[in-house]
Amino acid sequence: MKLILKIWRQKNSKSKGSFVTYIMDDVSPEMSFLEMLDALNKKLVEADKDPVAFDHDCREGICGSCGMYINGHPHGPVPAITTCHLSMRYFKDGETIWIEPWRAKPFPVIKDLIVDRSAFDKIQIAGGFISVNAGAAPEANSILVQKKKSDDAFDSSICIGCGACVAACKNASAMLFVSAKISQFARLPQGRIEARERVRAMVKKMDEVGFGNCSNTGACEAECPKQIKIKNIALLNREFYKAF
Amino acid sequence: MAKLNSKIPDGPLAQKWTKYKASVKLVNPANKKKLDIIVVGTGLAGAGAASSLGELGYNVKCFCYQDSPRRAHSVAAQGGINAAKNYQNDGDSTYRLFYDMIKGGDYRAREANVYRAAEVSNDVIDHFTALGVPFARDYGGTLDTRSFGGVQVSRTFYAKGQTGQQCLLGTYSSLNRQIKKGNVKMFPRREMLDLVVIDGKARGIIARNLITGEIERHSAHAVVLATGGYGTIYYLSTLAVNSNASAAWKAHKKGAFFANPSFVQIHPTSVPQLNEFQSKLTLMSESLRNDGRMWVPKTKGDKRPANDIPEEERDYYLERRYPAFGNLVPRDVASRATKERCDAGFGVGKTGLAVNLDFRDSINKQGKKAIEDKYGNLFEMYKTITGVDPYEEPMRIYPAGHYTMGGLWVDYELMTTIPGLYAIGEANFSDHGANRLGASSLMQASGDGYFILPNTISNYLADEIRVPKISTTSPEFEKTEKTAVERLNNLISIKGKQTASSFHKRLGKIMWDYCGMVRNEEGLRKALVLINDLKDEFWKDLNVPGTINELNIELEKAGRVADFFELTELLVHDALDRKESCGAHFREEYQTPDGEAQRNDEQFAYVAAWEYAGEGKPHILHKEELKFEEVEMKVRSYK
Repeated sequence: MKLILKIWRQKNSKSKGSFVTYIMDDVSPEMSFLEMLDALNKKLVEADKDPVAFDHDCREGICGSCGMYINGHPHGPVPAITTCHLSMRYFKDGETIWIEPWRAKPFPVIKDLIVDRSAFDKIQIAGGFISVNAGAAPEANSILVQKKKSDDAFDSSICIGCGACVAACKNASAMLFVSAKISQFARLPQGRIEARERVRAMVKKMDEVGFGNCSNTGACEAECPKQIKIKNIALLNREFYKAF
Repeated sequence: MAKLNSKIPDGPLAQKWTKYKASVKLVNPANKKKLDIIVVGTGLAGAGAASSLGELGYNVKCFCYQDSPRRAHSVAAQGGINAAKNYQNDGDSTYRLFYDMIKGGDYRAREANVYRAAEVSNDVIDHFTALGVPFARDYGGTLDTRSFGGVQVSRTFYAKGQTGQQCLLGTYSSLNRQIKKGNVKMFPRREMLDLVVIDGKARGIIARNLITGEIERHSAHAVVLATGGYGTIYYLSTLAVNSNASAAWKAHKKGAFFANPSFVQIHPTSVPQLNEFQSKLTLMSESLRNDGRMWVPKTKGDKRPANDIPEEERDYYLERRYPAFGNLVPRDVASRATKERCDAGFGVGKTGLAVNLDFRDSINKQGKKAIEDKYGNLFEMYKTITGVDPYEEPMRIYPAGHYTMGGLWVDYELMTTIPGLYAIGEANFSDHGANRLGASSLMQASGDGYFILPNTISNYLADEIRVPKISTTSPEFEKTEKTAVERLNNLISIKGKQTASSFHKRLGKIMWDYCGMVRNEEGLRKALVLINDLKDEFWKDLNVPGTINELNIELEKAGRVADFFELTELLVHDALDRKESCGAHFREEYQTPDGEAQRNDEQFAYVAAWEYAGEGKPHILHKEELKFEEVEMKVRSYK
């Protein structure tokens, strides 16, 4: 099929970017979205032009590297998948596709579709851990955990840190991302010990690095490729109020 | 010439590690602060080591090519992590885990290392649980386990089909804690270009900042490589597409021997290749074989939909050939049996290069909910990729390149043949012999990183406490940086017509065709010629646009592919040299009448450790004889 691609090109963080139009004549519906971009890049490189830079790695939806705004949606129009799992069969012949990087102040563009997501790491460094040294752990079954609580902790823990929630939010809020980690640990006895310090430190850092407040629109949940639930944010708020 | 000394401690197998730890040299806390350690890679091994070393008080500098350490490819491991807890009361023990690995590896792994990996496995589970890893639990609140291939006990801890993600995020959190404390300094988006060796010791690395293109010098008293495997030599594999062998290969060219490069695991259950543009094969966890049955039609070329083929016309070929282990035979055995059926014309799907993995019977017996609880995300992923619902129809699967048992040669202390250079996790060769058992990769990587390396590295560093901070202005740093930059310039100045990926794809095809699941002398010799020709073409017709002083994805790829050409040559040589079949290395000339691998213990019970002898010169083979004191070498049978 034939596609008209409008891709955000930006040489580096300092330069001003703009949309550039590319025509792809021979896209197969069996390609993944990234393979379609691979094909475009192959053409560009063969013509000695600068290929479109985008982050990607595992290409199986788990590493969280890939992520771009496609036709106004983070990771494209299909719910609950990452860009690498987006198949071209969801697009129509002759369609125009707009491809942009995440747009959020705490995620500055590095080049083309690559953004700097180190703000996420900074929040995790502030408190996203349980303080235990290797060798100090008790026998694993010495602390029992209710299956339901453990399963709920798992459901929060599967965040891949891609940043789609921030990109989707009109306030560029990282509440869903932060709440996923807070909720995971809040539900486990191992995580309760330093729950107060954790939530205070992570929320403080979240504000410091420039993420906005929750917009209450639920865009983050709607666009999360791992379907992390907004109820995590409720738990984050509860944990936060309890911490003072 | 260096002689291999594996430094295996004396004494009975079960006491070696305890004795070693009791007698190893230590570094006192005040001196630890003065010692710098570089860790390259942030998977379970690398991030585990960096955080453990940080906890001990060393100054750690940690590097990864991804934008965040949380994305290292350990994240993609699905099925589980083994430990000898014996929570199921099914006869498990450290010894049995050790024995299963030795047998699973077809008697080509080092006993002492394997026993130790089994020994620390329980500590790993304790640690992850304490870090908040939400492993699956039973209703009474205890941890649950499941079975994996090649064993008859249930010892695999899991978090649905995302065990690797959960363990890696746990490890990432412990790394973050050390970053916060200032014990670890993290350098993401860096690629190691070369190792700096001064007076025979590893003293630092040359890295490229992938955002700015800036070349950086980093020095340390010891360097740890945790850079994973080289399964991407096949181009299409279950690995992350940027996974590469460059750091290990550069270390090899600086003097670290490369062991058993031809031992590559082809995983039996991956989503088959669907089209020619494909960049990646997606694994379907081995755990699925707990409840899924592999079959092909009994009639050649039967094109009916799977559900229309009646029971008596289905060939459950693993259950037929291996009744004792059935669908849970080890990966190498399952992959070859699948290839055999497909080559004989019984394969299904458009290409005939696929078989059914059928959950019908398990769904009927246990209910859809039970299957969903165990494999929900895998079933969804399969449906996303193929558009087919595996609750309704069998999955179609085919083998894919997955894991490399081979890697940098290390001694018992996980040190390579370069003093002060360590290799851990998949980057080393030591624990899996000629075939790795499922769920033992997370186990080994975590064991190496958290519990083994932090104990062995002090034996070396204890003698380094008088060495001040290593200067980065020495002639060695100067020269290594110059060579690294020259190479980048060489790649960029070819100005040909073809992309690095297109060469990679062609190289992968050669390797898959001639050095994949089944190998023979004629094919391997042909592969050598083809690789060499393609390598020549690469250095004449590659195109890398842009400059070296900026973010340049084509330059990154080109450097990696250039190294793959050299590595694959060695790999094929190793496969040629090993005139036997063992584990994943199956030479057609050496098989039993019923098509099983035929080992030759008299001549090949050794680790092949290859020494780099210089540009254009043949590698030198060193043999580490494998002595089996505890286990008797037997024909590996799963029948």
